[in-house]
Amino acid sequence: MTLFREKIWPVLSILLLLVVVWYAGAYFMNAPFQRDLNRRGGQTPGFTEFVGQTWSQAKPTLPAPHQVARNVFENTFLRKVTSNRSLVYHSWVTLSSTVLGFAFGTALGILIAVGIVHIKALEKSLMPWIIASQTIPILAIAPMIIVVLAAVNVTGIIPKAMISTYLSFFPVTVGMVTGLRSPETMHLDLMRTYNASPAQTFWKLRVPASIPFLFASMKVAIAASLVGAIVGELPTGAVAGIGSKLLAGSYYSQTVDIWAALIAGSVVAALLVTVVGIVGRLVERAMGARPA
Amino acid sequence: MRGLRLSWQGIVALALCAAAIALGPMSTAVPGGPAAGAIRNLLLAGAVLSMIRIAPPVQALVLVIFAHVAAWLLLTGIAGSEGTARAPFFLCLAAAWLLAWRSVSIMSALRPRSRGVALLLRLLIPAIFGLWLLILWEGLTRGFGIPFILLPPPSAVAARMAGSSPILLADVQQTILKAGLVGYVAGNAVGFATAILADRFSFLRRGLLPIGNMVSALPIIGVAPIMVMWFGFGWESKAAVVIVMTFFPMLVNTVTGLAASGAMERDLMRTYASSYWQTLFKLRLPAAAPFIFNALKINSTLALIGAIVAEFFGTPVVGMGFRISTEVGRMNIDMVWAEIAVAALVGSVFYGVVALLERAATFWHPSVRGG
Repeated sequence: MTLFREKIWPVLSILLLLVVVWYAGAYFMNAPFQRDLNRRGGQTPGFTEFVGQTWSQAKPTLPAPHQVARNVFENTFLRKVTSNRSLVYHSWVTLSSTVLGFAFGTALGILIAVGIVHIKALEKSLMPWIIASQTIPILAIAPMIIVVLAAVNVTGIIPKAMISTYLSFFPVTVGMVTGLRSPETMHLDLMRTYNASPAQTFWKLRVPASIPFLFASMKVAIAASLVGAIVGELPTGAVAGIGSKLLAGSYYSQTVDIWAALIAGSVVAALLVTVVGIVGRLVERAMGARPA
Repeated sequence: MRGLRLSWQGIVALALCAAAIALGPMSTAVPGGPAAGAIRNLLLAGAVLSMIRIAPPVQALVLVIFAHVAAWLLLTGIAGSEGTARAPFFLCLAAAWLLAWRSVSIMSALRPRSRGVALLLRLLIPAIFGLWLLILWEGLTRGFGIPFILLPPPSAVAARMAGSSPILLADVQQTILKAGLVGYVAGNAVGFATAILADRFSFLRRGLLPIGNMVSALPIIGVAPIMVMWFGFGWESKAAVVIVMTFFPMLVNTVTGLAASGAMERDLMRTYASSYWQTLFKLRLPAAAPFIFNALKINSTLALIGAIVAEFFGTPVVGMGFRISTEVGRMNIDMVWAEIAVAALVGSVFYGVVALLERAATFWHPSVRGG
């Protein structure tokens, strides 16, 4: 019962408040257009009817929650998955490049981290640049990467995945450097008393110690990876994916579609982060970590 | 062999030089070239010097000079006759790179006694790394004759930046000074105020924090088309996107930071009979400062990303995002790189200013004191 009162009830009431604000916002933002429409049509609806009208426009300024929900439901469950109006199809396109980029990014991040931990010159020369590389609004490069790679006949999933790779390697590198350095001096000394070789110290001490850090940073990385994939779909008129859905919606003022695409993107993000979290917990348990 | 100190970089550099000499001229266009002999001599001397036992600082200095003069000669030699380079050109470039690497290795092993020299080294080592990224980029694009519309060499980008600085300046003003900065300030202020509210009313905190944590994983950038639709093509819509993007990191970090002060310190404040606001301003906000600055740093990047990406959905005919997407369409890739270089520069300066402010404001924190 305390769980409900302390945790769930506050979240639920805030969400409820958000929905109420959303409906009110939809009324106020759509009202001017609806009033205009009614005046031209010579209609004088009552207040409740008018409110209903503002919540059911075809191209509202702010669609009401139930309009978005209906759109999401129709495009997710009622359409064939292969149809290009299906949200599942678009989510799948984005998801595949996200996961590919994330895999590359994680591998690259781990590789760089191992290099940094073991080679002094690399640490001193590379680490400042890795940090600096993230102060760069790198998403700005996205359109160029895609156009340039298209010019050399690399199209489709790879360019988008490269953007995801770039965005996701950084959190992994930083997390892994911290993780590989996390064993205490005493543990390292113990390995030395065992006459362990550097490789043994690496595999038996440093790697297991870094696993929790790795998964914590992978959660951040996969979210960044998804953003990269979506933005990668924006500028070049990609035909499929959540990003192209956003762009098409903004071209044709299909506001409900934009919101539906946003919801789809959020669902994908939540799913990915959850999956990484579960895998992380399984791996940690398999490696004998005590549940915190 | 006592006077020698072998290193693999030196040996490989020596081997590369020998191979370069055996393979003949560097370029098919200018046979031999006036500088070719000088480059080889420099590299050979450098490779030998890198393995002689002399004082490390002197050795590093000599290697830095030799490697970079050789690289400079190589690059100026190939400029104007792109795509004509033969294998020896790349071998020499690789040898010069190895010598630079060797010098960096020597420098990172140095333990200078004075703090000024240590600081200089800390700046110099990454600077050499960055410089070599540019040199290799320049050498490879010019050596292989990669078409400018695919990947222009850095020198062409620099020329473009110098040539069209008024346009770049106008874009920076539109995208960063108007949209980015306004959104950044407003978003952080609103996020901070909400965090204080959430701290005052624990019900609000319990409701907002899980939502805020969840939202931070979402692709918020997707609200850009909606904001452009609501607030028009001007900078206001971009500022709105930035506000939405910066709000949640600020909220979550500030709320976390406000919980960072210890129970004992809070008890002490209570024994002083200090009010909520006194405790907030004298204890808890200072204790939260590292978290708040962390959010400010994260947001400095997010603000630029938000402002630039929102412009892909429609702008007046000025702005960095607008310029990038139109110049890509016109295949003026050097202009795109110029915009990106400017964005990188502004982004780093922005981040650096926030980091400096942090050092000034949280001088007492262990991570700054180095304790």
